[in-house]
Amino acid sequence: MAREKGVVLLDFWVSPFGQRVRIALAEKGVDYEYKEQDLFNKSEHLLKSNPVYKKIPVLLHDGKPICESLIIVQYIDEVWSDKAPLLPDEPLARANARFWADFIDKKVYECGTRLWKLKGEEQEAAKKEFVEIFKLLQGELGDRKFFGGETFGFLDLALVPFVAWFYAYETFAKFSMDEECPKIVAWAKRCMERESVSKTLSDPNKVYEFVLFLKEKFGVEY
Amino acid sequence: MAKSEALVLDFWASPFAMRVKIALEEKGVEYETRHEDDLLGNKSELLLKSNPIHNKVPVLLHGDKPVCESLVILSYIDDEWPQPPFLPSSPYDRSVARFWADYVDKKLFEAGGEIWRAQGEATEAGKKELFEVLKNLEGTLGENDYFGGETFGFLDIVIIPLTSWFYAYECLGGFKIEEEFPKLSTWIKRCLQRQSVAKVLPEPVKLLEFVRMIRKMHGLE
Repeated sequence: MAREKGVVLLDFWVSPFGQRVRIALAEKGVDYEYKEQDLFNKSEHLLKSNPVYKKIPVLLHDGKPICESLIIVQYIDEVWSDKAPLLPDEPLARANARFWADFIDKKVYECGTRLWKLKGEEQEAAKKEFVEIFKLLQGELGDRKFFGGETFGFLDLALVPFVAWFYAYETFAKFSMDEECPKIVAWAKRCMERESVSKTLSDPNKVYEFVLFLKEKFGVEY
Repeated sequence: MAKSEALVLDFWASPFAMRVKIALEEKGVEYETRHEDDLLGNKSELLLKSNPIHNKVPVLLHGDKPVCESLVILSYIDDEWPQPPFLPSSPYDRSVARFWADYVDKKLFEAGGEIWRAQGEATEAGKKELFEVLKNLEGTLGENDYFGGETFGFLDIVIIPLTSWFYAYECLGGFKIEEEFPKLSTWIKRCLQRQSVAKVLPEPVKLLEFVRMIRKMHGLE
């Protein structure tokens, strides 16, 4: 069977993981076909392309699937290496970027989910943890323009899609990221000046509505 | 005496630390290890300072710069000492190796843990999950000598240390890897013939003793 040529992205509009891939493709100026997936009724195409996890995002390059958002981003960086390098050159800087991206993957989404799923003491605990996570990230950012230093890179891209979820998290758990982590909010504004980011990130109001929808369907994992 | 280039904060039973040691051996890098009494909560100042986020081994200290998380360390070692390369050369093959390394980290040790950290039904559930993981891995190995294809590489280094725990899983779960997964078994034997692997991997019976000790501590035997 002939493989479909070109770049195809199987994704879900509000997914911060999918958005990482979209930002990377935009930074590199890669033309691709976006295929919105129904996660409550998964297509044959998705199930066949990611049989292990059955999740988005999946990037198909000339028909060959690549799964897991950070792995996809590294693939994009290696294939389209002539433009906008995402990972730094120096081994220690690369290791640092990978370490913090892994930290973000282990902590942010899971903790964020608890902010709107839980109530009372459990929600308070999640809020404390969420702020701690971002204070650590803020520490890592320091006084730099981006996590990548002067230039927007891998780690910025790994984190920035979650910024669109701040409004929802703040509203449900009653806190302010601007108060708790002002440097992160300032960094987010700088990222939003990039077209690749501003055109990709979801409208925070739409994210809030989506979380409301998930709350009604409590327990449905997205 | 020449100063070693690298220091590994280590725990003898940690398959994650074993990955780092095998990788350094493969690259011919001189290194020292410092054993951490991780399990008993006696973490050294150096560990806490070098890995403030997770407080875990392994940590690689190159000069005085720490690198944490075993897969991140492996990539760092491959970047810093490029010969012989661990990762394949094509971006697609690299993404496949990374995918399965990530899968192993999400699933394999966890499934094994369900076998030895429990009893009865929970152990059976753990066994079922382990078998699914190993089936997927055997599928990826296919007819190749190594997960890296013709040469021992990234994914082989990621998986082989976890196999030192298989004997403990077998004894507690009541099965034999060789019977259920013959291709994987052959691959394990092939890897054990490499000097780096033979030097680093502890004897499986020691890991069984270790697991039994923890089980006793938790009243499981």
